[in-house]
Amino acid sequence: MLVAVVTLACLGAIFGIVLGFAAKRFAVEVDPRVEELIRVMPGANCGACGMPGCAAFAEAITMGTVKPSACSPGGASLYEKIAAIMGTEVSAYEERQVAQLLCQGDNVHTKMLYRYEGLSDCHVALANFKGPKACKFGCVMQGSCSRVCQFGAIQMGVNGLPVVDYYRCTACNKCVVECPLQLYKLVGVSRLVHVRCVNTEKGKDAKANCATACIKCKICEKNCPEDAVHVVATGDGTVALIDYEKCTNCGICAVKCPTKSIDKIMPLSEEVILEVGETPVPGCTRCGVCPPL
Amino acid sequence: MKKATFRGGIHLDGHKELTSGLETVVAHIPDRVYIPLSQHIGAPCVPLVVVGDQVKKGQKIGASKGFVSAPIHASVSGTVVAIELMEHPGGSFVPCIIIENDRKEEWAESVIPHRDPASLTPDELRAIILEAGIVGKGGATFPSHVKYAPVEGKIVDTVILNGVECEPYLTTDHRLMLERSDKIVAGLGYIMRAVGCERGIIAVEENKMDAVAVMEKAAAEAKNITIVVLKEKYPQGSEKQLIYACTGREVPVGGLPLAVGVIVNNVGTASALARAVELGIPFIGRNVTVSGPGIRNPANYRVRIGTLFSELIKQSGGYVGEVEKIIAGGPMMGKTVFTDNLPVVKGTSGIIIFTKEENRHSKEFACVRCAKCIDVCPAYLEPTSLVRLAKRKAWEDAERMDAMSCIECSSCVYVCPAQIPLIQHIRRAKQAILAAKARPQG
Repeated sequence: MLVAVVTLACLGAIFGIVLGFAAKRFAVEVDPRVEELIRVMPGANCGACGMPGCAAFAEAITMGTVKPSACSPGGASLYEKIAAIMGTEVSAYEERQVAQLLCQGDNVHTKMLYRYEGLSDCHVALANFKGPKACKFGCVMQGSCSRVCQFGAIQMGVNGLPVVDYYRCTACNKCVVECPLQLYKLVGVSRLVHVRCVNTEKGKDAKANCATACIKCKICEKNCPEDAVHVVATGDGTVALIDYEKCTNCGICAVKCPTKSIDKIMPLSEEVILEVGETPVPGCTRCGVCPPL
Repeated sequence: MKKATFRGGIHLDGHKELTSGLETVVAHIPDRVYIPLSQHIGAPCVPLVVVGDQVKKGQKIGASKGFVSAPIHASVSGTVVAIELMEHPGGSFVPCIIIENDRKEEWAESVIPHRDPASLTPDELRAIILEAGIVGKGGATFPSHVKYAPVEGKIVDTVILNGVECEPYLTTDHRLMLERSDKIVAGLGYIMRAVGCERGIIAVEENKMDAVAVMEKAAAEAKNITIVVLKEKYPQGSEKQLIYACTGREVPVGGLPLAVGVIVNNVGTASALARAVELGIPFIGRNVTVSGPGIRNPANYRVRIGTLFSELIKQSGGYVGEVEKIIAGGPMMGKTVFTDNLPVVKGTSGIIIFTKEENRHSKEFACVRCAKCIDVCPAYLEPTSLVRLAKRKAWEDAERMDAMSCIECSSCVYVCPAQIPLIQHIRRAKQAILAAKARPQG
């Protein structure tokens, strides 16, 4: 009995000393900010930021390898908290981006070559004479983007074209990658004026196929007070392009554009500009693991 | 006797009686021909002529670029009036050389009959085949000279001529076997000499017994050529299934028929080849079946390459009823085109017109797991599983399940009780797998 007590006591003492020594000797320096950051994180460990979890994300922030805006579930309130802990300015972080569709050729404005009856998939539709539309640059309207969007931010509209819900869009880039014609572009949410045409054909040919095509008339270029819009060489031809650094959202080009291929949208509310909206699924953290809606 | 065949496949209503009894007639030679610069698998041609040039019949007007390519030739004599982008029956837009016919029908100087075709060496034969622009006439339009080029370590012991024509409606090969059996046998002889093999097989489906009789008579002299009668089943005319039925050999996944020592050619290719070798005439014409319920007088035509579909349809008495679909090729594997303003190309075996009545569309239901598609798949695939993966965009998994082995015969779609467009999903998967391969690694 006594032997057992003494043996255990001795073992306990030896291990205690060894562990106590090891804790001092091999201690790892932890950035105190990491602990603080972990506390303010959403804690869903969803992986939307590309890190294994919130802790890894917090550590990556302190090392400066990732931007706080990578955490889409956190939103603007989180960015503010991170800024307070890290001692940086919130304004240094990027503006929230949303996807913009660069085509307005709906089933009223654009000439169709034939009626497509096949599988509802843009890639499949394009294999047949480059899609049913006469314009070979425009949206094929089969909704691959809306099926790939996990946040329900892209719905097919009644006019055949997909409609982006800027409130729900998280700029996850999935639609940009999916679209076989590269018709999506991620643009800051405060940007209101967009050239919604990528047709690089000559004005006459483009107009023959679509009533809202860019016809390269350069009226936008002449009227822009900020020198922000230009008809630039792209691919085999030219098309109007807005320099968002210079654009002031005045919308003069959109008013002057004869085919209305330049479009000025209504300004979004302050709330939408700062935070990504709720997804249709309660509790969703937009981690991207679930299949598309 | 039990006839040879392959595993899987479906029995289709052939509808061949519409045209199989009709002799091939020469189509009107049009005032203008539209010759696309790409009429084969592989690199497109570079034009050798400019607008305003005078060309003669049989003159080379497009040179092949790269090894897997075939030159193109003028099918009429006349003036080049334009080179512009046009719809191509393959479902794309391709630059076409447009020639205004001067009706002189002058042959080019390069078209000279070969004095002694029996003395040509395999290399000379291959050179003639390349220059004549011979490509597979069955539809895939693979340049023939590439097929015959010797490959290190591979011995070809059998050449199979494909006279199966398993697609419904099409009867061009059937008629060709009846009318040009001597040319087919001669062509097979040249192919065998070009590749240096001893055994030749002409495969015919059992629904064309008249053609079998004619071919047997024509090949009676040639001891090493046999006529094999195959069971009537779709897709019996598919290369790999045909090889299995004729020789019992299975082409490995991702492999060419060459891997099992076989070369397969269409009977039409053989006859075009015989013309090229004996008479020096390049590939400037082909036989086309114009058929289907939407055409007034279905017929078989001998057509110059570059003739518009609309000309043939006009010669057939025009459309009947409400035309809903124009198909270039057979109804199972052909391409639906949206206009008849398209030229006949080297791979156009038929023009099938469907009216609204045949073009039924029903709603797609959920898969009922009946496994009918798996039963009929001649490539031993599981179409339903591939579609499930394709819907999830699991391209890598689809590749692991051999999506690339799909021959796109559409048998699975034909039997699917849930009306799932399986083939389109699989095609999408194949497209994505190829795109992923083309992308640089990293």
